Amino acid sequence: MSLLLGFTAITLFIMGIAGVLMKRNPLVMFMSIELMLNAVNLGLMTIGRANESIDAQIITIFIIAVAAAEVAVGLGIIVTLFSDRDDVDVDKINMLKG
Amino acid sequence: MAKIAFLIPLFPIFGFLINGLFGRRTSKPLAGYIACFAVLMSFVLGIFLFCGLCYDDSPRIFHFFEWIYVGDLKLNFAFHVDRLTLVMILAVTGVSGLIHIYSLGYMSQDRDYTRYFAHLNLFTSMMLILVMAENLPLMFIGWEGVGLCSYLLIGFWYEKQSAADAGRKAFIINRIGDTSFIIGMLLLYNHFGTLSIEPILQNAPVIFTYGSGILTAITILLFIGAVGKSAQFPLHVWLPDAMEGPTPVSALIHAATMVTAGVYMIARLNMLFLMCPATLWIIGIIATITAFGAATIAIAQYDIKRVLAYSTISQLGYMFVATSVGAFGAAIFHLITHAFFKALLFLAAGSVIHGLKNEMDMRKMGGLAKSMPFTWFVFLAGTFAISGFPFFAGFFSKDWIIKSAFVNPIYHKAILGIFGFLTALLTAFYSFRLYYRIFRGRYTGPEEIRPHDAPFIMAWPMFILTFLSAFTGFLAWPIANSFANFLDPVFGGSMNTISGYLGLESVHESSIPWGFWLISMVIFFVGWFMAFLFFIVAPEARTIWKKAYPRLWKSLGNKYYVDEVYNGGLVAPGKSLLKGIWLEIDLGLIDTIVDGLGYVCLSMGRGFSRMTTGYVRNYALYIVIGVIILIFLVLR
Repeated sequence: MSLLLGFTAITLFIMGIAGVLMKRNPLVMFMSIELMLNAVNLGLMTIGRANESIDAQIITIFIIAVAAAEVAVGLGIIVTLFSDRDDVDVDKINMLKG
Repeated sequence: MAKIAFLIPLFPIFGFLINGLFGRRTSKPLAGYIACFAVLMSFVLGIFLFCGLCYDDSPRIFHFFEWIYVGDLKLNFAFHVDRLTLVMILAVTGVSGLIHIYSLGYMSQDRDYTRYFAHLNLFTSMMLILVMAENLPLMFIGWEGVGLCSYLLIGFWYEKQSAADAGRKAFIINRIGDTSFIIGMLLLYNHFGTLSIEPILQNAPVIFTYGSGILTAITILLFIGAVGKSAQFPLHVWLPDAMEGPTPVSALIHAATMVTAGVYMIARLNMLFLMCPATLWIIGIIATITAFGAATIAIAQYDIKRVLAYSTISQLGYMFVATSVGAFGAAIFHLITHAFFKALLFLAAGSVIHGLKNEMDMRKMGGLAKSMPFTWFVFLAGTFAISGFPFFAGFFSKDWIIKSAFVNPIYHKAILGIFGFLTALLTAFYSFRLYYRIFRGRYTGPEEIRPHDAPFIMAWPMFILTFLSAFTGFLAWPIANSFANFLDPVFGGSMNTISGYLGLESVHESSIPWGFWLISMVIFFVGWFMAFLFFIVAPEARTIWKKAYPRLWKSLGNKYYVDEVYNGGLVAPGKSLLKGIWLEIDLGLIDTIVDGLGYVCLSMGRGFSRMTTGYVRNYALYIVIGVIILIFLVLR
């Protein structure tokens, strides 16, 4: 059981990385980041379960609560971007280029 | 009493802070009134302190707080008040108060009125700290403070290149003496284990023998400090240039503060100097060279303030002659009378300059007695006082010095007395030369200037000083010399110790100097008559004399080329050496290293800046790579 859950978590995480690196739509990138976050949560829970510890579940609940706040901020930034620019191709947001 | 003593230097400091910090917000007249009020309050408190303590024989130490406690070194912020201090407090605050009031009128047209008064207040408070200090480092604060203020005030009109240069010159030359003073101070600490003045004076005869080599070295170092501060040869060159400052500042520097510091310091540390006859000889020789040389230079100057500057140097020489013959009372008395009449002469000269729209060349003056009768009157009184007209202040003080040079039981140096008489002759001559060229003869300046007398606010300080210059001399009437008796607790003890050491009996100068008086009077009248001859009766004699000794006249006019020697011998080689260092080491070596480092950083930055592509995905990739590296490191 733990093995299956662990593989699922790793698979989800790699999907998330791929999404962040490949997609150009900020919304999709953001979703990929969330995917990575929850993959990590899942991994944490799996290890906790294998070690018969309840700590991991408590930490995960905290992470979900904090992630909710983080999502609000992140979405806010994306919405502002939408209203500020016509298109939201992240490759065109390159004002920090050295 | 302690509070009063503490407040005396504090009032001018407050004045300085108020004017210095809020000067731009207060109105212009208010700044002047604050400054005058601060100094006059110090003067009033000084009178209180004087009345309270003038019957005490022994010094009083007023301890305020612990200042520097490091290892064995314990320095308190404390004031040492004895009769010498009391006299100095009154002289400093009194004369400087009058100069403050005079400045209200003199500087009224100046743009930087508040800055001027702030510096003037700071000057006074630093001088007060100097005279009241209980230990040498505190005295040194005042010592440096007056140096700083002289720099600020000499360079007051800093837009003028010559004024800025003169300020720097004063500061740098003082620095030479100050360095030597610090070394002397450290040596004192090395041998006494304390820097408080009273224990040092008490223990000097215990720790050192009479004429000890180390103590001689220490006193010579301290004397070099005094040479710098009190403008003695060969460090006198800053004082004539200090004329670039406003005239009341010259009066303040020359009369009440700054240049008298060296004389005061030697009088304060009298025991140390009395134990070193060799040092006293050196002081005497330097002082005589200064007194005589400066008096001869004063004959050949045309700038009226420069004549007064050289006369100050010459009079300071007299004071040092007095210390070198062990007549500290005479030195302090001459310091006080000189403060009065030199302040008077400078303020009167300022009034002449004011009336003639900043004309300082005596060749463009003359005949001003009619157009400025009041200035004429006070200037004549000052001239009488400085040249030793019988029963004016300068007559008594100068006579006391010369008499001591001949008759002091331990340290008499007759040769210094003879030069004292010669210098007195020159003093009478150049003082009356100045007086005749300004006030007698015909007016030779430009027609459009209408010379006028000083306004009332400038006049009455001069009037008080006239009174003081005329009558303070009687304090030292030789039969019952009340000034000497007053200061006897300060200096008498040291003299007694020394005479006990040498196995002598009485040390009190007893002889009544009628003979010296007669010689002094004759010399004064000869000097006066010579000036009268050269400038009133037969002006053409001057040209004959100048033609007869052209080289002498030229070297006098050029102040014996001392400035030229310094410029050629020290300033020019120093400049070329420093220019070499600047070009070779700074620009060549250091700049290459620094620029090279900068170039390395810059090119590294250029390289790294390629990584910031502006694509979010690239940054995300860096993060991923970083995380992988971290995981690898953790799991390794």
